[in-house]
Amino acid sequence: MSPAETATPTTAPRTGGGVRHLLGSELRLVFGRRRNVVLLLGLAAVPILLGVVIFITQDTVVGSQGPGFIGRVAGNGLFLVVAALFTCLPFLLPLTIGIVSGDAIAGEAATGTLRSLITVPVPRTRLLLVKAIVALCFAAAAVLTIAIVGLITGWVLFGISDLVLLSGDTITAGAGLFRVLGVAAYVAMSMSGLVMVGVLLSTLTETPVAAMAGTVTVAVVSAVLDSLPQLSAIHPGLLTHYWIDFAEFLRLEVDPAALAPGLLVQAAWVLLAGTIAWSRFTTADISS
Amino acid sequence: MTDTRTAASPAASPTPGGAAGSPRATPAPEEIADQAGAELAVRTKALTKRFRSGQVAVNGIDLQVPRGAVYGFLGPNGSGKTTTIRMLLGLIGPSSGQAWLLGRPMPAAGTDVLPRVGALIEGPAFHPWLSGRANLVRLDACDATAPPDRKGRIDEALERVGLGAAAHKKYRQYSLGMKQRLGLAAALLRPRELLVLDEPTNGLDPQGTREVRRLVGELAEAGTTVLVSSHLLAEIENVCTHVGIMSTGRLVLQGERTSLTSQSDRQLWVRTDAEHAAGAAQVLTTLGLTEVVTDGTELQALLGEISPADVTRALVTAGIPVLGLAERAPTLEDVFVRLTGEGFDVAR
Repeated sequence: MSPAETATPTTAPRTGGGVRHLLGSELRLVFGRRRNVVLLLGLAAVPILLGVVIFITQDTVVGSQGPGFIGRVAGNGLFLVVAALFTCLPFLLPLTIGIVSGDAIAGEAATGTLRSLITVPVPRTRLLLVKAIVALCFAAAAVLTIAIVGLITGWVLFGISDLVLLSGDTITAGAGLFRVLGVAAYVAMSMSGLVMVGVLLSTLTETPVAAMAGTVTVAVVSAVLDSLPQLSAIHPGLLTHYWIDFAEFLRLEVDPAALAPGLLVQAAWVLLAGTIAWSRFTTADISS
Repeated sequence: MTDTRTAASPAASPTPGGAAGSPRATPAPEEIADQAGAELAVRTKALTKRFRSGQVAVNGIDLQVPRGAVYGFLGPNGSGKTTTIRMLLGLIGPSSGQAWLLGRPMPAAGTDVLPRVGALIEGPAFHPWLSGRANLVRLDACDATAPPDRKGRIDEALERVGLGAAAHKKYRQYSLGMKQRLGLAAALLRPRELLVLDEPTNGLDPQGTREVRRLVGELAEAGTTVLVSSHLLAEIENVCTHVGIMSTGRLVLQGERTSLTSQSDRQLWVRTDAEHAAGAAQVLTTLGLTEVVTDGTELQALLGEISPADVTRALVTAGIPVLGLAERAPTLEDVFVRLTGEGFDVAR
């Protein structure tokens, strides 16, 4: 504990290592937290419930009803993945993502641990970057959870057979699996803009619940605006407008050009929200 | 606590209200190291924080904490101590003025200098759902320049604050005292040149307070500079080599503790009966005692060079019944009250 001992230059910059250490700690913190695990378990329950309900009712008149994907589940377990993602897309996924990304900075501010992190010191840009990466990882994990549980449940209950596409053409089960994974990947990418909006709101408040509710509200309002034909001029820029485009993977030829608008809009939202969050967080007074 | 370490002090003389009228210095380029302040572990120049509400929380203070000192940063609640500490550590930006830690400008050099600074700011703060130990692991993992042997260092820090047995308990189950100890352990995770402890005795029982005092003494002994804030003067007065006193955003007093209290005038306390209180005050004034204050049957005054024996004799000669008489060395609180004219515990 002598000053001579501490005067050695232990503070050489190790930016890369710094990010790696922080990332590991942050991943453990987020994925180890019971609340977040419960959120993932909740999402995992959706394909199971959906599958069981369809399995029980498949021989009845009710069974053949329901929107597009759901009606096809009984015929092929692969469709359970698509149906479950479709079910979670409007509200459950935004809710899960809102809770975790809204908690990113505001949660640390609320417990007071933000001041400890800044004085460790963790440079603010690095902290924000790592928080955003981990929030994106959680969103991807949420989508992956639905996809994997959906796949297993669908295989157990209905079996996996050759996939009949929306066009009526049939592809092999192996190729079908890739198509379904493509759907999941697209849905996960579609969440990135919302994740970043959540991180942004999280830098603006010390109350995590406010950032969480705000994030969910953004998704819901975006969906409402998207449903008003009078506002068709702004529809292409809306966060949720291209979410449903995952169906492109179920056509005969997957056209990358048809997927591009959705991915570009997400990238724009990530960039916009990320920039505002960065300029705000690196200059803000931390008085929590 | 007044050893050779105080010899290097450039702030040896008390500077009552020193910061009050100083003009705002033009901020120099931020990255210039502090030449004059190399001997100072903490230094600020006209440091000011004006909140968006217009409230001036810290008003042009010139803090000087010599290396090796135990600096008692004192003041009532709401006097600007925590805001100052937050500026020192780069959590909030000053409205004007500058701050240096270990000779480096803050917040510009934060990444370089903060690993050498341990801090406990405004009470302990940890994730409630993690154990005390897991919280320390988390903090240490976030430290890009942490030395090796994390496990050993964490165990040592926990033992040092007496939390070894409760290390695996969830933080939310900790008592306030245990939380405070964990905050101290976090500041001690690696060797530090400077410790900034904001109200470290808050929520501790008398036993815990004594332990914190002992810990601070130990660390200072080993050469660590300690800046410790408190709104309870008496609690840390005795471990400090230096003292700075804040009042409503200003640093009203700063210097070596011994020079602040010993050179201030000795006090005399007299008790008589209600009838003779006025007469007694008259006698004291005639004798040359100053600042005579009568409170019912009790009187207080500054002795100056007069001996208590002379006062006793004069009172008895004047036929005043002396029911009690004592000489008191002035405490920091007396000094504070005399400077600001208000009680120490009175917040704005």
